[in-house]
Amino acid sequence: MLIGTTIYALINTAILALMAIGFNLTFGISGIANFAYGAVYILAAYGVWMLLTLFQLPYPVAVLAAVGVNLLLGALIYRFVLLRIRGQALSEVIATFGIGLAILELFRYLGLVGFEYHLPVFVDKSFVIAGTYVDFQRIAIVVFSAVLILGLWFFTHHTAIGLAFRGIAQDERTALTFGIDSNKMATLSMAMGAALAALAAVFIIPLGSISPGEGYDVLIKALAVCIIGGLGSTGGVIAASFIVGFAERFTDTYIGSHWTMIVSLAAILVVLTVKPSGLFGNQKELEERI
Amino acid sequence: MKKRKERIDRGIKVRSRDIFALCSWREMLYLAAPRLLPVVVCLALPLFLGVYWQKVLLSVAVFALLAISWDILAQTGMVSLGQALFFGIGAYFAGALNHYFGLSPFITIPAATILGGLVSTLLLLPVLRLRGIYFSMVTLIIPLMLVRVIEATKVFGGTEGLSGMTPLPSRWLELYLILGGLLLVLFGFRRMMNSDYGLVLKGINDNDRSVINAGINIYWFKIQALFIGGAIGAFAGAFMTHVYMFVGMPVFALDYSILPIAAAVVGGPGTLAGATFGAFLLVPLSEALRGFGGLRIVLYGVFLVVFIVALPEGMFHYIQRKYHQFERWVEVEND
Repeated sequence: MLIGTTIYALINTAILALMAIGFNLTFGISGIANFAYGAVYILAAYGVWMLLTLFQLPYPVAVLAAVGVNLLLGALIYRFVLLRIRGQALSEVIATFGIGLAILELFRYLGLVGFEYHLPVFVDKSFVIAGTYVDFQRIAIVVFSAVLILGLWFFTHHTAIGLAFRGIAQDERTALTFGIDSNKMATLSMAMGAALAALAAVFIIPLGSISPGEGYDVLIKALAVCIIGGLGSTGGVIAASFIVGFAERFTDTYIGSHWTMIVSLAAILVVLTVKPSGLFGNQKELEERI
Repeated sequence: MKKRKERIDRGIKVRSRDIFALCSWREMLYLAAPRLLPVVVCLALPLFLGVYWQKVLLSVAVFALLAISWDILAQTGMVSLGQALFFGIGAYFAGALNHYFGLSPFITIPAATILGGLVSTLLLLPVLRLRGIYFSMVTLIIPLMLVRVIEATKVFGGTEGLSGMTPLPSRWLELYLILGGLLLVLFGFRRMMNSDYGLVLKGINDNDRSVINAGINIYWFKIQALFIGGAIGAFAGAFMTHVYMFVGMPVFALDYSILPIAAAVVGGPGTLAGATFGAFLLVPLSEALRGFGGLRIVLYGVFLVVFIVALPEGMFHYIQRKYHQFERWVEVEND
């Protein structure tokens, strides 16, 4: 039981990291807390579902299309909404929250709730690892999270755009003097954050079904992980995913499933109270944030 | 030829600026009308409405109170995304006091107002040092957490909630109690925000460090603002418990968090009157759109975005400007 719980806790960690990485990327680069994150996650899931069932497109095409749509959507949200209220953190929060609310509640209104709204798993197989059944999808999530985090690290350290991202994150004015356009970078960061949400949805949604309520949960979980780890720090996201992931699984197994959400929410409160910038947060020192 | 818009104070505004306003009825009316309008509307409107629209007016007042509470907190630099917290705590206090101790509404409502204010202040005390979006995130999370706690521990009737509260003696008393409360809160706290005390609160929002620099303990002021905001929200919640004769998990619903923010943003943040105006606009609108069901919340979302982007000052400031000033296009002389 202990080993099984540990394995599932590891998987849970990967899921949380995958959910939070897009939110974290946007916040780390442009300082925008994208409260529409859960909504774009769900939007991508519904998008893939529609392309698959209504238009009978092949799975990879549908996924690519959904990721592309999210890229565009993120950029559009920045260009037409956030650009005008840039720098007013609270207006940004209220505006993105409004967008998220509108998207999620529209899906709820359209009545797209139920078990038939789900995405297929990649390969319908399962393995036995140390006496525990683990299906292929969950393994794929773990592998993909690891690859994604490594890939993002490579991207931000060895490509021109990635370096520009880090420049903007570290010191916006100095970056401007180097000819880095901060609006362009912020647009890109919103777009990439939304695209990462779409990828996360494609990997995670097959474990359950699509519902608007899930959007709020994803937002809360991404917030939880980012707050505990320190907003904008990738190391913090990984560490916080481990903490929340293990805490959730172990409370689920040993205390009761009702308490899982409470544990992570309580963790946020404790971290915010003791160390508001998070475990690895360096918002105050304005050091490297990605 | 470039043109710019010039704004000039209306003559009547200038004339009625000081004691000379007492010279003519017109000037006096000009000064009194904006203040009298909400009073007259609140006191007279119930007499002309049917039972259904009286209920709507009731929820207008409740959401206006929540929006005022949001606005007071926002003016102090604490933007809450979870007004449902205050509403829910007040509702549960009133419900529990009535259900377990059988106290009458005339005791439970004031008690829940004070206790609810205290408890929500205590709950947010650990995060008082947080600024900006960090505070907003916590307020978003706490109501969700309380729902789960109630679900998990099954206190106060768990998912079923508590029902069978004592209703208020009459419909009219109900209506005038909440409308009177609204007027009192609106004018009282508007006055407070314009006093020196309010200036300190606004200073915390504008630049908390310079307020600290002035030798003022901002945490103590933030605690007081939280208590005020919390108590107003708790009053609304406690009142609604006795109107619905039920208290349960729905009191922590998203509606009670979103609509007040939407009302304050649409009406115009920074003046409590704007928040009230927003509630008087949005709640009847949402009632009219009841047929659309969940689409209402979509509309609130859209309203929030449109107003934040296009008219961040809100309707109230816009109307206020038109009332006091006229505008005209003039040529730009040297560009």
